[in-house]
Amino acid sequence: MLAKGVPMTILLTLALLGLGLTAGIPIGFAQVYGYRPLRIASAIYEQVFRGIPALVLILLLYSGLARSFHILLPAFAASVLALGLRSAAYQSQIFRGAIQSVPQGQMLAARSIGMSRMQAIRSIILPQAFRLAIPPWTNEFSSVLKDTSLASAIGVLELARLGSLISTRIQYGRGARWILVIWIVVALIYLVLTYAGNWSLGFLEDRFRIPGFEMKGRVER
Amino acid sequence: MVPPGDETSGNVVLRVENLHKRYGKEEVLRGISFELRRGETKVVIGPSGTGKSTLLRCINQLSMPDAGAVWLEDVEITNRKVDINAVRQSIGFVFQDFNLFSHLTALRNVSIGLTRVKKMKKEDALEKARSELARVGLADKADAYPAELSGGQQQRVSIARALAMDPKLILFDEPTSALDPELIGEVLSVMIELARSGMTMLVVSHEMGFARAVANEIIFMEGGIILEEGSPAQLFTHSKHERTKQFLHKITELYGESGDE
Repeated sequence: MLAKGVPMTILLTLALLGLGLTAGIPIGFAQVYGYRPLRIASAIYEQVFRGIPALVLILLLYSGLARSFHILLPAFAASVLALGLRSAAYQSQIFRGAIQSVPQGQMLAARSIGMSRMQAIRSIILPQAFRLAIPPWTNEFSSVLKDTSLASAIGVLELARLGSLISTRIQYGRGARWILVIWIVVALIYLVLTYAGNWSLGFLEDRFRIPGFEMKGRVER
Repeated sequence: MVPPGDETSGNVVLRVENLHKRYGKEEVLRGISFELRRGETKVVIGPSGTGKSTLLRCINQLSMPDAGAVWLEDVEITNRKVDINAVRQSIGFVFQDFNLFSHLTALRNVSIGLTRVKKMKKEDALEKARSELARVGLADKADAYPAELSGGQQQRVSIARALAMDPKLILFDEPTSALDPELIGEVLSVMIELARSGMTMLVVSHEMGFARAVANEIIFMEGGIILEEGSPAQLFTHSKHERTKQFLHKITELYGESGDE
């Protein structure tokens, strides 16, 4: 029965990572290349969403909006929105950092052969930045995968929620001693999911590795 | 190659007029003027912090000069109406620290300007890139990534990258300063070859062996101005300023005169 929560956990993870990626890349990009107002706006966004606990964000979007404005988001949507917007803030920093770790000389060299700024960003800076972003992005993945368990607080039927439903059902009977086992199984499932995800992303990292340029003590600037 | 001192041959490829540039309070260039004719090689020397690199960057406008003008043949490229991206295609630039695109093979480093900027067909671009790599003696390294190459090889690839665009002149910003001593020779001999084949070159370098071998003129810069210019023979034997003599003496002592064949 626990297994029924796995697809929902995966779905939540993919949805919020997708939202985080779609919003995070432009925000990170704006922080490096944007005009001043855009840079300030994206910096404020990033500070706000990195400064609020995930659970508080979920409750704010779900109960908060429902009670004060009668806007009732479905629990799934509220969770994806809260965790996704938060992840966007973290991911924007991953991409900002990656873009900024591409040495300045790459842009100069690209401009010196006649590329426009946009061409240089597209063909020289971003391909390198995306490679640099994979390792920290893997970290973000494993962090948000586990954050999805917070959606159980508003009743999304994912892995942790099913774990607590089963525990509640058996806690007064003779099965109560199995509660530990249930949570160990829940923990193991998260462990396996995280491992599988990291493994696939590690594969991606290898696939795009630049020969002779591996991360062995590489020093930028 | 134009023989040193021959004023009659060749037309002007680059004309720099009264160039000024300041960074904050510091005035780095204080009125630089000179000309470069087709096929000429001029070597710029001078103490560090004297604006040599700034001068090169102001020429292809990686830095915008504050005042003065730069002419490439009969176009004033400091005019803001000029499409600077189009102009930069015909001004090669070789950096001190190579700045090869680290995610691309040697071959793609050379061909990317052809495909992305000149919109050449991929097969044609790769073919041209191959021949440019062969020209700098690296035909066998086409598929190597920059991090797999020695510094000297990287610098030669970067020269090939500049050559591929068929530039009217190439600017060299201390092309051998970041290299181990035993790798300097291979880069200098490629540059000597280039100069002899008629490429127009402006080279910031203290390699006096190179200057003596191919430079039509040495430009001595100090404090943001050109203190003295003249053929290597002139400058080495009868420099007008005591300061030039001192400086030449110092760099010959430091760098020796090796580096050419």
